[in-house]
Amino acid sequence: MKFRTIAELVEQAETNGLPISEVMIRQESEMTNRPREEIIAEMERSLDVMCEAVERGLTEDICSHSGLTGGDAKKIRTYQQNAKALLSGSTILNAVSRATAVSEVNAAMGTIVATPTAGASGILPGAIHAAAELLNSDRETMVRALFTAGAIGFCIANNAFIAGAAGGCQAEVGSATAMAAAAVVEMAGGTPSQSAEAVSISMKNMLGLVCDPIGGLVEAPCIKRNAMGAAIAMVAADMAMAGVKSIIPTDEVIDAMYRVGQMMPNALKETALGGLAATPTGRALERKIFGNEEIK
Amino acid sequence: MKYRTVFDIIGPVMIGPSSSHTAGAARIGKAARSIFGKKPRRADITLYGSFAQTYRGHGTDIALAGGLLDFDTFDKRMVDALEIAKQGGIDIHFHESDELTDHPNTARIRLEDDDGRIMEIVGVSIGGGKMEIVELNGFKLSLTGTNPVLLVLHQDRYGVVAHVASILAKHEINIGFMHVSRKEKGSQALMSIETDQPIDKNVESEVKALEEIHAVAIL
Repeated sequence: MKFRTIAELVEQAETNGLPISEVMIRQESEMTNRPREEIIAEMERSLDVMCEAVERGLTEDICSHSGLTGGDAKKIRTYQQNAKALLSGSTILNAVSRATAVSEVNAAMGTIVATPTAGASGILPGAIHAAAELLNSDRETMVRALFTAGAIGFCIANNAFIAGAAGGCQAEVGSATAMAAAAVVEMAGGTPSQSAEAVSISMKNMLGLVCDPIGGLVEAPCIKRNAMGAAIAMVAADMAMAGVKSIIPTDEVIDAMYRVGQMMPNALKETALGGLAATPTGRALERKIFGNEEIK
Repeated sequence: MKYRTVFDIIGPVMIGPSSSHTAGAARIGKAARSIFGKKPRRADITLYGSFAQTYRGHGTDIALAGGLLDFDTFDKRMVDALEIAKQGGIDIHFHESDELTDHPNTARIRLEDDDGRIMEIVGVSIGGGKMEIVELNGFKLSLTGTNPVLLVLHQDRYGVVAHVASILAKHEINIGFMHVSRKEKGSQALMSIETDQPIDKNVESEVKALEEIHAVAIL
């Protein structure tokens, strides 16, 4: 009863009356011959690493090796505490600040969990921390959310791609956003179908996104794309739970992402040859960063 | 299916900043070290595609060095791997190539020990920290490091595959995937065997003791 596509995943979940997370846990146990407790314990450790990274990013003075990034998570948090009104609301900004926190820790060579990649590692912890805070979710619910996200990522990775070098940022931040959207739907009590709709809605808004990091560093624009990915995941989850349905089925959206990625020129796939990396400022920063490094 | 478990997606736990350029690179380095079986004296690493373009920014060089030191992706010493390698007597040289490869994140690693023994592998970082070893000493293969692997370099002759399989059967080790590659008929061949159960040193020495076997490694 292994699933390969989102349609199969949703069908297995709904015919057996199970959440997506449970289908993933059972498949994992079956495929790897490992006891359930061991699999859950490993995921708990991943959650712990995520929580530590969130905490570090929000409270410590993080600065990347290049000096290009760090400190924005703290800035957003302080703004949240002091602003008279939050235009996008506190839950969205919690997701944004926590996603930024983890991404900044990643850029500074800190310890993170790749979800599905390091470049997109802020989105899932950002979204599930914000949702958990809002919903008063327990630890088990958060661990389950990681399995739900994993199930979605598993289908995307095996039918398309998850690396910026292979399919552009849509494959990386796009996949992470879709995974996070599905996860928070389950945390909020939505159905497997609604998780799948959240995947479609979020990924459609990431199609075509190129991978164009300045100097090839996983910093700019990556960290801000993690922040915005977390925000999109939350909004897509709400839309899906409101009953909004994607006109294009989820697996076809994923396939469209794959085809767009194949058409994308190499200059826009993590080579630092196009997009923001190739702007006058992007180039100047690149020269400055690598110039400095050679002097060291 | 390239990605087999949920922890390929939620994971690895790693030192940033890039799963493909840092964690995947570290795993390629570590696989090279495991197959080589000892600390190399010299390593020549050729980088292709996106690896060649962006390796300094992503710490790909640091991660490959960390892998050659046998560090895991989450090892906090990773940040200082180049320095640790230098102090530990591993002389690492990086080369950039603009040659086109099938995958943008490709590294060719040539290792040499004090006795002049040389091994060359080609590794590809496919994304999310996953990697594949696609070439070993000129033999094509496909290793992902997800399952235990037994590598056997042997004479291309009838019965050798069967003898190795019998040893695995005796130890109740099931073969999940197997690939035999040779450069030409009757010359050397390479067996790569992915198993469901771990392979211990006893199996390695029993295989080594067989006739027509040139080298054995466990990954």
